[in-house]
Amino acid sequence: MLDNIDHIVLVLSGKGGVGKSSVTTQLALTLVRQGYKVGVLDIDLTGPSMPRMFGIEEGKIHQSSKGWVPVYYDDSKRLAVMSLGFLLGDRGNSVVWRGPKKTGMIRQFIKDVQWEHLDYLLVDTPPGTSDEHIAIAEELRYCANVDGAVVVTTPQLVSINDVRKELNFCQKVNFKVLGLVENMSGFVCPHCAECTNIFSSGGGEALAKSLDLPFLGSVPIDPTFNELIERQNEWRDSWDG
Amino acid sequence: MLTATHQRLTNTHLPTPEPEHCPGPESENAGKSDACAGCANKEICESLPKGPDPDLPLINKRLANINHKVLVLSGKGGVGKSTFTSMLSWALAADPGLEIGAMDLDICGPSLPKMLGCENESIHASNSGWSPVYISDNLGMMSIQFLLPKEDSAIIWRGAKKNGLIKQFLKDVDWGQLDYLVIDTPPGTSDEHLSVTNYMKDAGIDGALIVTTPQEVALLDVRKEIDFCRKAGVKVLGIVENMSGFVCPNCGGESKIFKPTTGGGERLAKEMGLKFLGSVPLDPRIGKSCDSGESFLDLYPDSPACEAILDVVDALRDEIESEN
Repeated sequence: MLDNIDHIVLVLSGKGGVGKSSVTTQLALTLVRQGYKVGVLDIDLTGPSMPRMFGIEEGKIHQSSKGWVPVYYDDSKRLAVMSLGFLLGDRGNSVVWRGPKKTGMIRQFIKDVQWEHLDYLLVDTPPGTSDEHIAIAEELRYCANVDGAVVVTTPQLVSINDVRKELNFCQKVNFKVLGLVENMSGFVCPHCAECTNIFSSGGGEALAKSLDLPFLGSVPIDPTFNELIERQNEWRDSWDG
Repeated sequence: MLTATHQRLTNTHLPTPEPEHCPGPESENAGKSDACAGCANKEICESLPKGPDPDLPLINKRLANINHKVLVLSGKGGVGKSTFTSMLSWALAADPGLEIGAMDLDICGPSLPKMLGCENESIHASNSGWSPVYISDNLGMMSIQFLLPKEDSAIIWRGAKKNGLIKQFLKDVDWGQLDYLVIDTPPGTSDEHLSVTNYMKDAGIDGALIVTTPQEVALLDVRKEIDFCRKAGVKVLGIVENMSGFVCPNCGGESKIFKPTTGGGERLAKEMGLKFLGSVPLDPRIGKSCDSGESFLDLYPDSPACEAILDVVDALRDEIESEN
């Protein structure tokens, strides 16, 4: 099912809440704006955020004769999203699954989702280096179109330590690290324009340098970004892409 | 569905991963159900001893000396579970009359040792079990970090293996007599959560402290965690909202970095009929003291964040102790 996809990129981080889903969202929207066709696969099964991030929580997956049809962001069909969030009856329902069941679901996502031709497939992952990660690494093992992984971190040491573990994982399963993104790097006070490093600063860049990995850049904290997600559909209307 | 999964105590010695609808190696149907046909583990499962887990009485015996057991949970990652666990441990241990233990169940991303300033220690085993690492006279802790050869070694483990380690943590760690055991968990609702609630069912968990941040993306996952607590029969002691608001150290102006557009933790607590324990503002010094492994509460006792944290700890203690 992945044959007609040109590039597969994973978004990884050992740490939770550093902005994997936010980075995935922004990457997807930016690529769509540049005219590419993009698919987003959310393999965070116990805490799927993608439907909310794109403001399509109401979306439903349909079954066609060829497989599962992903949810399209709009009629132009340039952005398709697949997430377990679409399969839940109620948004508050928990998915309490042990590893084997998660592995099975990911396999199904890879085998059964009917992506049309895509330029990019972005895979958003949960934190850690466990079942979901092993499963996706196994499924993508023989795919020639896997480009590698974008690793997201926040600047503080506690996060850097977990990210080191994730980089170690990438090495073991042969995912090429395309680069590191340092998220939540500094916050500019809207009242006085003073920049405060809430979660310290520079950690991601130093890590990239010490491991000789490309550093893709640092992204400051901007409450507007959160607001856009929180406001859901209003944002969608103002989006001219 | 949960009870079936819940009763499944996964065996760590299976050579290949279990199939999707595995009845569980210790269930009555092990090796006999439809899913077992063609599974490489079939023969092992068929020959395994059936019945209740023989380790459960050992776990119960270990945990019998612990008065209060508190889980720190959140569906979402990076909201401050470990930070709050460390704060709670420091705050409780400030009372010299109390014995505190902190246990880190985040196997793939253990952060608690760094936050408590003991990441380079290792564990000693004696005939009475594994000795926790002591940070002060009355504060001990246990984490997988102490078992790793290098700080950045990755633990690439499937669920079954993680369950084995969690069981060992509960069965083999020699805590001695404890007033509080605070258990830090990874995000999500999966193996670690099922295992810990499962193994501790008989010993009894006082309840769970749920940590969230104000924005709906986090609340969405936290709702799932509360749903899990309901299903697993764990009492929710209360919700704490972390990272709510930021006061600029330069001008004192307040900003809502993570906007509570849907009412934040407080509304969620009300909706779910749970207790709201308080909110803790963002303070860059919290992150810094976590990185250096020092107690934020000792370093900046006058900061508003410190007061907020201590208020939450007090509210939590009231809630726990009113139970007994």
